[in-house]
Amino acid sequence: MAVINYDSELRRAGAHSTRGWRKFAFLAQRHLLGAVGLVIMVLFVLAALLADFIGRYDPLSVDSLHRLAAPSAQHWLGTDSFGRDVWSRIVHGARISLAVGVGSTLLGSSIGVIVGLASGYLSGWVDLVFQRVTDILQALPLLVLALVMTAALGPSLPNVIIAIAIPLIPTVARVIRANTLALRELPFIEAAKSIGMSETRIALRHVLPNTLAPLIVLATAQLGSTILTEASLSFLGLGIPEPYPSWGRMLSESAAEYVRTAPWLVIFPGIAISLAVFGTNLFGDALRDILDPRQRG
Amino acid sequence: MTDATPLLEVTDLIKHYAVRGGVLRRRVGTVHAVDGVSFTVGVGETLGMVGESGCGKSTVARSILRLVEPTSGSIHLNGLDITHLGKADLREHRRSMQIIFQDPFASLNPRMTAGDIVGEPLSVHGLATGRARDERVAELFDQVGLRADQMQNYPHQFSGGQRQRICIARALSLGPDLIVCDEPVSALDVSIQAQVINLLIDLQRRHGFSYLFIAHDLAVVAHISHRVAVMYLGRIVEIADKTELFANPRHPYTQALLASVPVADPKKKTLKPLIDGDVPSPINPPSGCAFHTRCRYVMERCRIETPVLADAGTKHQVACFLNEGTGRA
Repeated sequence: MAVINYDSELRRAGAHSTRGWRKFAFLAQRHLLGAVGLVIMVLFVLAALLADFIGRYDPLSVDSLHRLAAPSAQHWLGTDSFGRDVWSRIVHGARISLAVGVGSTLLGSSIGVIVGLASGYLSGWVDLVFQRVTDILQALPLLVLALVMTAALGPSLPNVIIAIAIPLIPTVARVIRANTLALRELPFIEAAKSIGMSETRIALRHVLPNTLAPLIVLATAQLGSTILTEASLSFLGLGIPEPYPSWGRMLSESAAEYVRTAPWLVIFPGIAISLAVFGTNLFGDALRDILDPRQRG
Repeated sequence: MTDATPLLEVTDLIKHYAVRGGVLRRRVGTVHAVDGVSFTVGVGETLGMVGESGCGKSTVARSILRLVEPTSGSIHLNGLDITHLGKADLREHRRSMQIIFQDPFASLNPRMTAGDIVGEPLSVHGLATGRARDERVAELFDQVGLRADQMQNYPHQFSGGQRQRICIARALSLGPDLIVCDEPVSALDVSIQAQVINLLIDLQRRHGFSYLFIAHDLAVVAHISHRVAVMYLGRIVEIADKTELFANPRHPYTQALLASVPVADPKKKTLKPLIDGDVPSPINPPSGCAFHTRCRYVMERCRIETPVLADAGTKHQVACFLNEGTGRA
């Protein structure tokens, strides 16, 4: 059956308590990598939240006396060509990455859900039009589309979020539409019709909640690629404008000039990006495995 | 029972589905799912409907509930023609007719509590909210043999039989005049089947509504029905009072169907089956009598003309040319 109940799946898989800590213990036991991913994600969220406390320095303050300082006790990860502390910039950069990642994933998913539901539930010409537009959007790679969008909208945080969100819509819409098509044929939808519910109410109350499990998996998986896209955009000079610290921009500023003389300027932002993407992908994969009965042994 | 104004009157119901193929989705054929079905269900009566898979039983059920739009024909409920009711009128009218489905696992939303599922119709029609709704749902739970403290549970926490009880409670919630049961016990264990059937009978005695009871299990139909209709390839071939039909089947198909019921007696010799082969495709149903390809008594006339339901005794109608339209004695 197409319908998946997250709690019951967990329970069937052996987690008898629905309490958070027990759930995590179960996750660590059955999906070690997923638990690692979750821990990485939590660490990044904490870094973003506590950036002002753990950052040690103002990420924007210039210190001409300590330009390009190597990692040391004062500057854990060294300083860049303006003498700005790399550790502080990375920790504050987590805010940008998370804001863009979560913001664009939420925005893209919400619109995708609406399009997918309408497309799958109404079918007919609505479906036809939506699907063809989706095809066109999907024919272009995420980054290329985001590049064109930011170039057109101009670089700013909201614009970057919108630019990355729009290319996400087709993927989400596809998944939701496929699920909706399967759900539509189930008797409980017919039962809802036979008690006289309106189509909109059926779509929102009966179809939508049953598409949430695959949506959560998809959104988690997308989170990594949105962080990566933001970094790429910033690297190409179209992301978050200066002077805000964005991992991608930190890379692009230093990659060509200082990669030999001050490699920490390239290595640490690179590690931050890789870890964030790695963490979300691990967690997304584990979620998919847990929610998909066919993946279980 | 049938002499008074019937609760449900179905006249010449036809439902054809287009078979589309090719790039342009052109119509390449027609499935004759229901091909001219007429019958009535009286107040407080149970009409059993039997037939093989794919003979159109479920399509009849869904057409009556307007879950599929009939191609032609008319459906009257309480004397009112509901065949062409608009959306708003139909919504109001859905209170008088409800359905219980075959699969109790797929007919309950897995993300809603049992209480919400049963109470939802009350909210949709604005009949009860808050405490009043909870009380009404508790009462319905009690009627179908569930405990009120199970209202907070989710469908996966119930057994198949209990789930079907939830479906019954949902159907009851609006106080319908007609409940269409589309193979309500086929998916259940035999021991549970009897419980659910008896519950359905009890509820009918208490509330006086009618059932259109669709099944392929003759024993179940014999137990619950007052009258029985036999369907074959989208048509009713025989309809009569239960005792009459089982004692004195006239249509060769009905006879074959009754003869195929297994008897729990190992010494009894198995008779040569009265019927063989498969049901022909409803995409190109045979000309004349649809049963002529499998009938042992087939005559030349059967291949050309289509027999219509004709009286073959008191309250007994059969569609067969044998014995001047009275079927095989």
